Amino acid sequence: MRITQGAFSFLPDLTDDQITRQVQYCIDNGWAVSLEFTDDPHPRNTYWDMWAHPMFDNPDAAALMMELRECRKVYGDRYIRLVAFDNSHGWESVKLSFLVNRPAEEPGFHLARQEGEGRVVRYTTSAYATDRPAGQRYG
Amino acid sequence: MADATMTLSADTASGASGAVDLRAQYVESGVKEVLDELDRELIGLKPVKQRIRETAALLLVERARRSLGLAHETPTLHMSFSGNPGTGKTTVALRMANLLHRLGYIRKGHLVSVTRDDLVGQYIGHTAPKTKEILKKAMGGVLFIDEAYYLHRQENERDYGQEAIEILLQVMENQRDDLVVILAGYGDRMDKFFESNPGFRSRIAHHIDFPDYSSDELLRIAETMLTRQNYNFDEPGRTIMADYIEHRRRQPHFANARSIRNALDRARLRHANRLFEASNGPTDSTALSTITAEDIRGSRVFARSTGKEKVP
Repeated sequence: MRITQGAFSFLPDLTDDQITRQVQYCIDNGWAVSLEFTDDPHPRNTYWDMWAHPMFDNPDAAALMMELRECRKVYGDRYIRLVAFDNSHGWESVKLSFLVNRPAEEPGFHLARQEGEGRVVRYTTSAYATDRPAGQRYG
Repeated sequence: MADATMTLSADTASGASGAVDLRAQYVESGVKEVLDELDRELIGLKPVKQRIRETAALLLVERARRSLGLAHETPTLHMSFSGNPGTGKTTVALRMANLLHRLGYIRKGHLVSVTRDDLVGQYIGHTAPKTKEILKKAMGGVLFIDEAYYLHRQENERDYGQEAIEILLQVMENQRDDLVVILAGYGDRMDKFFESNPGFRSRIAHHIDFPDYSSDELLRIAETMLTRQNYNFDEPGRTIMADYIEHRRRQPHFANARSIRNALDRARLRHANRLFEASNGPTDSTALSTITAEDIRGSRVFARSTGKEKVP
């Protein structure tokens, strides 16, 4: 099942060229771009691991693309997303975030139903991938 | 030129206009402006200006070739500037960044100026992230490495500089579209540096030598510097400045234009002191902005040179 998280996720995956142009847009707006990766794709998993440092003072997108290439070399089998952080007063939060890498196979989510008192049913989802220990998911 | 245009238009049957007006592009791209500025604002440096002119011509033609589909590879643009201190290497690098930006070879046109300290770390594992940080900052622009030979320490095999060199070489080779590296330093030491790092020599296409300024040029530089700060020499002041330059260049640690700038700073100091001590009543703007012979004669350069003549 194809994970849809962040912007552009209903579109076909962006090419590197398209990513570069999006990143340049972020930088031109003065946002700090950085990369994060994870192997736990649950939608409530907000805190991903950060790759290197946030890039505050790189005027060109090529810098981020270099890091992305490095990151793919190491964590190419995981989800990698780009995060653009706006540090201007009053915002101080992420303005744009989208996936730039996904595993070759995405097994999707298991839906578990728990039967409670009376006829109550509680639903929860968990990624099949997370059945295995961290670092061994996705091949 | 006419022939080339003819054959080109015959080849490009796709309908795109097959001819390029180099002269128009030269003006349009703003290259002419940069080169004219270079001529106007930098005194002397004839061979340097000549080389830059040639490089600009090459790049302009290359760009035209690319627009017609005749060339695909980005030409190697990494350069090395060698010359004595104070000969304008950094200033020219700044202009070069501007020039390359106008020609569209770099996307942003900023200059990041670094030395060994900015690239090389203090302990194991510190160098790579540090170098990469600088490289990332320089992407889309020009990375100017001053006194580049300090990166390589021959006497210490395990010096971290070697690590920085390897990363630099890798990026210089693989990301030629993203940044241009300019290495700078004194001529003889740069030669030695290239000898021990053949990787650099082969990746650098343009070697530009910066000659020392003549005394005459230095005097003109002094005058331009003063004018920029709204000062000027009076006639005896000018004469003694020429004299000062003659003396100064024979002394050790002479750094061309930089020495001149420092000398002028000290002259301004003495000028201010003189006005302050002699002041009783109003001082007019002419007095406030005229450097006289007295201000320059106070320099220790004169003291020392007369002293030296007595000793032997």
